[in-house]
Amino acid sequence: MAQEVYHEAEPAKASLLYDPKVRGIAFQVILIALLVLGIWWIVDNTIVNLRRSNISTGFGFLRGRSGFDISDRMIDYGSDSSYGRALVVGILNTAVVAISGIITATIVGFLVGVGRLSNNWLIRKLAMVYVEVFRNIPPLLVILFWYQGVLALLPNVRDSFALPFGSFLNNRGFYFPRFVWGDGSWLILAGLLAGILLSWYVARRAYARQMATGQRFPVFWTSLALIVGMPLLGYFLGGLPVSMDFPQKGTFNLTGGTNVKPEFLSLFLALSFYTASFIAEIVRAGIVGVPKGQTEAYSALGLRSGQGLRLVVIPQAMRIIIPPLTSQYLNLTKNSSLAVAIGYPDLYAIGGTILNQTGQAIEVVVIFGIVYLGISIFTSVLMNWFNTKMALKER
Amino acid sequence: MQEHDMSWVRTEMTLAQTAPRSQVGPGAWIRRSLFSTPTDSVMTILAALVVAWALPQILNWLFFSAIWSGADRTACLTTEQGGQLPAGWSGACWPFVTSRFGQFMFGRYPLEERWRPILTGIIFVALIVPLMIPRAPFKRLNAILFFVVFPFIAFFLLVGGAFGLRFVETPLWGGLLVTLVISYVGIVTSLPIGILLALGRRSKMPAVKLLSVVFIETVRGVPLVVVLFMASFMLPLFVPPGVTFDKLLRALIGVALFSSAYMAEVIRGGLQAIPKGQYEGADSLGLGYWQKMGLIVMPQALTLVIPGIVNSFISLFKDTTLVLIISMFDLLGVVKQNISGDPTWATPQTAKTGYVFAAAVFWIFCFGMSRYSQYMERRLDTGHKR
Repeated sequence: MAQEVYHEAEPAKASLLYDPKVRGIAFQVILIALLVLGIWWIVDNTIVNLRRSNISTGFGFLRGRSGFDISDRMIDYGSDSSYGRALVVGILNTAVVAISGIITATIVGFLVGVGRLSNNWLIRKLAMVYVEVFRNIPPLLVILFWYQGVLALLPNVRDSFALPFGSFLNNRGFYFPRFVWGDGSWLILAGLLAGILLSWYVARRAYARQMATGQRFPVFWTSLALIVGMPLLGYFLGGLPVSMDFPQKGTFNLTGGTNVKPEFLSLFLALSFYTASFIAEIVRAGIVGVPKGQTEAYSALGLRSGQGLRLVVIPQAMRIIIPPLTSQYLNLTKNSSLAVAIGYPDLYAIGGTILNQTGQAIEVVVIFGIVYLGISIFTSVLMNWFNTKMALKER
Repeated sequence: MQEHDMSWVRTEMTLAQTAPRSQVGPGAWIRRSLFSTPTDSVMTILAALVVAWALPQILNWLFFSAIWSGADRTACLTTEQGGQLPAGWSGACWPFVTSRFGQFMFGRYPLEERWRPILTGIIFVALIVPLMIPRAPFKRLNAILFFVVFPFIAFFLLVGGAFGLRFVETPLWGGLLVTLVISYVGIVTSLPIGILLALGRRSKMPAVKLLSVVFIETVRGVPLVVVLFMASFMLPLFVPPGVTFDKLLRALIGVALFSSAYMAEVIRGGLQAIPKGQYEGADSLGLGYWQKMGLIVMPQALTLVIPGIVNSFISLFKDTTLVLIISMFDLLGVVKQNISGDPTWATPQTAKTGYVFAAAVFWIFCFGMSRYSQYMERRLDTGHKR
């Protein structure tokens, strides 16, 4: 009957004050109340302040005439266009910097990262110097260094440096020939698409055949031939529709061709080389993180070191590399807002101009938040998908 | 029957021979580490060519053709540009840096009051050096002095307006002084706020957790420039009319919020690495939440993430340059202002010289921090890592 006695004994009633559950709820209620009060206070102040400075709220201003011009743009835009269109120009420019920077930084970063592990003493030391120099200097400083220290000192148009392939370099930027797509150019694009589809099919068939019979098929060379050959075929079938527009040197200006402005060049160079130094360290850590036994195992299986790297080490290193690589990509995208320091019209710079003209501080900040958070979330989702694809497939 | 009385086992040691020439010595080292395969040899030669082409030019520019003294821009101009130097000359213009050195360090801080930032700097060094040497005694007292007492001393010394010191308003501050003030405040505030946010994110209370997650992810999702922009344009809207915020204070708030969100994620990584048994152990000892965190979990978690914490300090230090964009003058801002706004030293080489100087200053600080963190990591390594 001891049990009954046990049941009868009431647990000592502690004061409600010491019940963790009650405390938790009370704490949260107080926190939310304080937060609501704070927000109410802020909103109230903001409304008063806005009324005093005669600023109407809302996103209606986006339809207004902007009245300023943008030098670097991907889509049609003039000073008569709306603020909304100006923001789109800015978003596209941010995307251009981010994408080109990410591609360059990844390539340079992988090369330097592998170089830091090279058996070659000189290469190893050079890679180390590169990493230690670039990652310890603020990117904004590097941007300004390129812009004011190097590119501004290039000769003017009349004395521009002539580079191979009919391109020029001067203090107005980098000029290079442009393709002019005539009628029938769509055949080239169609050829490229067909080439990619065919090589994908070939790769699948070759894999199936190797699994079934053990015979191998030179997939790489076939795909290369297909991807290069099909567009070429389209080019000839379309009747040679593509011509080149070379930049022509005039007295005061270069006409024709494509012009990359010094603002873009400085931003692109600084951001991609800065980020590359971080990517290099990530790549190095990833490769070092693959146990040595894996290297020994692939040698024991008779793979050559190139094959071993490609089939055994890199896939495992990628698992370590991808998460920090994602955050570097995001950092680069966010750092592209430094463009404002040298007047490259990215989202942040254009938003700042609009704010100065209209005084719509809150709306502009909301737009910044939405766009940058959107880019962050999009990149994270994409890289997470890639990460799950590369992740360890366990039973 | 044949007897073998020959011993097949050697009874005396042979004398050690020197290693073959192909294995040791500088020749072997060169062959092994520079020319081991044909590809390697090609790469070595290419790299050596690049070094041989670039290094003399860099050294020349920095030291050998550089100008070391002069009164104004004419010292650094070639004959074509109206100076004395031979045509095609290119080199650093160091007198620009030496003549503006005071500005680069203190901005427009009044000349006769400059002993105050210098004194602050001396106190700072005197407090931080023993703090960083593991063997130095009185760590607790030292830490309290550095993190709690020093901010007040520095505030009164730099701002003044009390104890007979002249009031120096913050728009006069500039240069390395502003860089260091922002970094110090960012570092000192971001660590505690970051710890609170990290704990909040792992809390079981849904409201606390949600708020922490929303704050951290929003701040981490936007660039620091946008946070600074918000701090400088929107904070004035949030307070009642008539209340004004100091510009430096607004930047400090922005930097502190931004870096604490990053710090929170670093610390969360450390918290996640602490085994559940540690929490349960603390619970079974009857410790409350704050005792459990403060005595058991945090000391282990923070030790684990020291490299991450120092990395965020380094990025915070580099990020202070961004206050240039809301037109404040940190070291980089002052250098830029002197380059583009001052005709006394307007030469083609000025910009490069100024930025190389600023880069060297930033580099020394960041490199020093990263080396110190590596040293601490080795020291605190408890042998649990693989």
